[in-house]
Amino acid sequence: MSPSIPLQEMIRAIRSARTQCEERGVIQRECAAIRAQFRQSDNGSRSHNLAKLLYVHMLGYPAHFGQMECVRMIASSRYSEKRVGYLGAMMLLDEKQDASLLITNSIKNDLSHSNQYVQSLALCTLACMGSAEMCRDLAPEIDRLLRASNSYIKKKAALCAVHIVRKVQDLGELFAPAARSLLAEKNHGVLHGAVILITDGVCFVLCMFQTVPELVQIMRSLTVSGYSPEHDVAGVSDPFLQVRILRLLRILGRHCETASDAMNDLLAQVATNTDSTKTVGNAVLYETVLTVLDIKSESGLRVLAVNILGRFLLNNDRNIRYIAMTSLQKIVNTDHNAVQRHRGTIVDCLKDHDASVKRRALELSLALVSASNIRSMMKELLLFLSSCPPELRSHTASGIFTAAERYAPSQRWHIDTMLHVLTTAGGDVRDETVPNLIQLITNTSELHCYTVHKLYRALLTDISQQPLVQVACWCIGEYGDLLLRGECQETEPVQVSEDDVLDALETVLQSHMSSPATRAFALTATMKLSTRITDNVELMFKIFKTGSGIQLRKFMIFFLLFLKNVLSPSVLRAAVLERMPVIEKNSGQSNGESAGAKTEPKIMVKPGETSPPQQPVNQVCDLLDLLGGSEGPAQPNPAQSTTAAGLTMNTSSAAGGDLLDLLGGFQPTPTLSVYEKNGVNLTLQYERQSDAVLTVTLTACNSTDSDISSFSLQAAVPKVCPQRRPSPHHRSVESGRRGDLDLSQSSSASLFTAFHPCPIQVHLKMRIRISYTVQGSAFQDMVQVDSFQGL
Amino acid sequence: MMQFMLLFSRQAKLRLQKWFVPLCDKEKKKISRELIQVILARKPKMCSFLEWQDRTIVYASLYFCCAMELQDNELITLEIIHRYVELLDKYFGSVCELDVIFNFEKTFYILDEFLLAGEAQETSKKSVLKAMEEADLLQEVQQLL
Repeated sequence: MSPSIPLQEMIRAIRSARTQCEERGVIQRECAAIRAQFRQSDNGSRSHNLAKLLYVHMLGYPAHFGQMECVRMIASSRYSEKRVGYLGAMMLLDEKQDASLLITNSIKNDLSHSNQYVQSLALCTLACMGSAEMCRDLAPEIDRLLRASNSYIKKKAALCAVHIVRKVQDLGELFAPAARSLLAEKNHGVLHGAVILITDGVCFVLCMFQTVPELVQIMRSLTVSGYSPEHDVAGVSDPFLQVRILRLLRILGRHCETASDAMNDLLAQVATNTDSTKTVGNAVLYETVLTVLDIKSESGLRVLAVNILGRFLLNNDRNIRYIAMTSLQKIVNTDHNAVQRHRGTIVDCLKDHDASVKRRALELSLALVSASNIRSMMKELLLFLSSCPPELRSHTASGIFTAAERYAPSQRWHIDTMLHVLTTAGGDVRDETVPNLIQLITNTSELHCYTVHKLYRALLTDISQQPLVQVACWCIGEYGDLLLRGECQETEPVQVSEDDVLDALETVLQSHMSSPATRAFALTATMKLSTRITDNVELMFKIFKTGSGIQLRKFMIFFLLFLKNVLSPSVLRAAVLERMPVIEKNSGQSNGESAGAKTEPKIMVKPGETSPPQQPVNQVCDLLDLLGGSEGPAQPNPAQSTTAAGLTMNTSSAAGGDLLDLLGGFQPTPTLSVYEKNGVNLTLQYERQSDAVLTVTLTACNSTDSDISSFSLQAAVPKVCPQRRPSPHHRSVESGRRGDLDLSQSSSASLFTAFHPCPIQVHLKMRIRISYTVQGSAFQDMVQVDSFQGL
Repeated sequence: MMQFMLLFSRQAKLRLQKWFVPLCDKEKKKISRELIQVILARKPKMCSFLEWQDRTIVYASLYFCCAMELQDNELITLEIIHRYVELLDKYFGSVCELDVIFNFEKTFYILDEFLLAGEAQETSKKSVLKAMEEADLLQEVQQLL
């Protein structure tokens, strides 16, 4: 057994190893010695051995055999051994290891140790790697320490409690009272811990809002009075505590007016008086700004905050610029105009060398694009695209497309921009860009000639950017004839021959850079050209023989057969390959990021409105035999008394109109108003469907300001005209709405009511009984319709 | 809160690692390795903050690296790093990398007096150093006994 050498010697030995292999040799020897030492029951150098093992572990070598030794050392009575033991526990054990449970008891004992440094070790370890069970076990202990111990322990107990609450949320309530009382302490460490405990653990407990005045007071004493050399950092008194208090104030004031008011003055004071020449001061200012922008602050204070951010943007320190942009990003939607004022500086940051700054500047720039600055912003963005780091290209391209779609001043500009992006960063654009661009091109018919010329030229220059090549092939296929025309009003004339075009497509097909999808595009384009510009079938054959891949061969064979069998540009071929119609913008395919400027207007469905009645009618209403000399007022069949379910009226007049259309060219007859009282208007329409059927429509309309409920309508006709299926609806008619009590809707059989024509001699009459409740009073009425004209 | 702190040399040798979140050894190694590469690749005048894997990384040269949550104040984290370096400086007397290597357990003890549960526990430099002094004294006294 080799003698164990002290820690520092071992480190020296390891460092002097010249190769990885040598190092591993030294370490293996040492680990063997350490293992042997661990097996011995007690020797004076246990802590040294464990320390050596921990060093080896930090270099990346396995050290799990030291876990039990840590447990043993923690239980030792010697402080030196405890110290290393706890350090080992924090390094080698974590909550996922079973061995960590073994130290719970030791920690518990050490928490009540007489020596505060031992207590401190236990607190530190619990806060570092305490699992949820350990936390639950030991929470009462921690609470006790929060109340009755010295400041040194209290501050550690506070942060230990923070860890506990992060692990087990419910325990927050346990610590709330202690946390509250800690705010009265003078010790900065304790205050700091208490503020964090309230922020992270217990601020959801309602009484915490009452701490605002106390917190304001503490802040004031830090910033205004009292210079404490112990806590001073470059002229700022305890910036760490200030920042934490500001953060807590932010959370408390976020949704609470009174709290926000209470801290208004303080925030203004801190914002104006803090020295911003050093990072420390800026750290406090930064936190202040974040707080002001998040709570319900008054506008003057907000302006102050945004101005501070503006100053940050001009700071020489790159770090400060970075965080300024991060903050501006958060408020760019709410305080848009304020941020717009700093657009120039933000755009300049696009040219910064630092990738983090560039990313932030890009996000902000995209958010600041508007209709008024689109041209200048796009210039900057395109410039940025050509030189930006590769990880940002895709995002930039998408952002540019969205902005172009929203604010394009002209279609030609839009197409130019998209082409520019494709030529610069074609490989990084998203998949739906190609169909989107094609759809855009088809929609701008007056620019077809210009577009195809431009694309052709781009194709000649560079065939490596797949999306660009795909769009170019598609356009050449569609508008090849325009290409041959030679001159185009928007670009300089250039002579392009048939052969040139076909050569270009052949190059695409043959190039190893072309993906299978691109080759498919080129093939289809060539096919289309057979009707547009040339009839030269042999040339086509030649082209089709190039290209590779199973899928493409299938295409080629198909096209070849097609050409062979449909040799002449017959009607069939021309018809198959004719000009594509304008593509409708498919809402499902639109650029995911466009925030709604171009989405289809949704048909607003009013609440309570459903599609044409599909609900089965509540009950069937019996015919009331009221006519033919019958006696007295008819009694409604009690078994079928109507009850209004308070259902809301379900059709709007538009839907009603649609329904009428379903009946096949319903000619609206002049409506007959049969009842007008208490804001209820009942109108009647009728139509002869056929010789056997007459359709009657009763429409109820509510012209009062309030709703009408328990609306019921019953209609009866002379016995000689049997009703097929009487089934009126019972609904509430809402104010201002038309409700169609359509007695003849074909959409639902149960609602269908029709009358067989009465013999000519019998005049058709109808008696209508109507009952409803409006504004608390019930009404019931009866109306008789004596003449149906036109029958 | 701070999720972890790493101290490493220009040759990517890890000198100190303190983790405040529970992760298994394999994950810790992976994160350390990747992050060290990312930071070593940054040029000298670049921003000290970067976003990496849903965390904010704050680093100072030679190379102290802290991983914070996204909502934490980056500038005050820089101050925390500076404060820690000052503490090491005061404790070791003009600290250099060798001090950190040969007395690595002391650097951990100092860190444990300054940070707890991923937050600063003591804002006064004097108090931290005093606590270290007394703990060291206790250790020596006990070893003599």
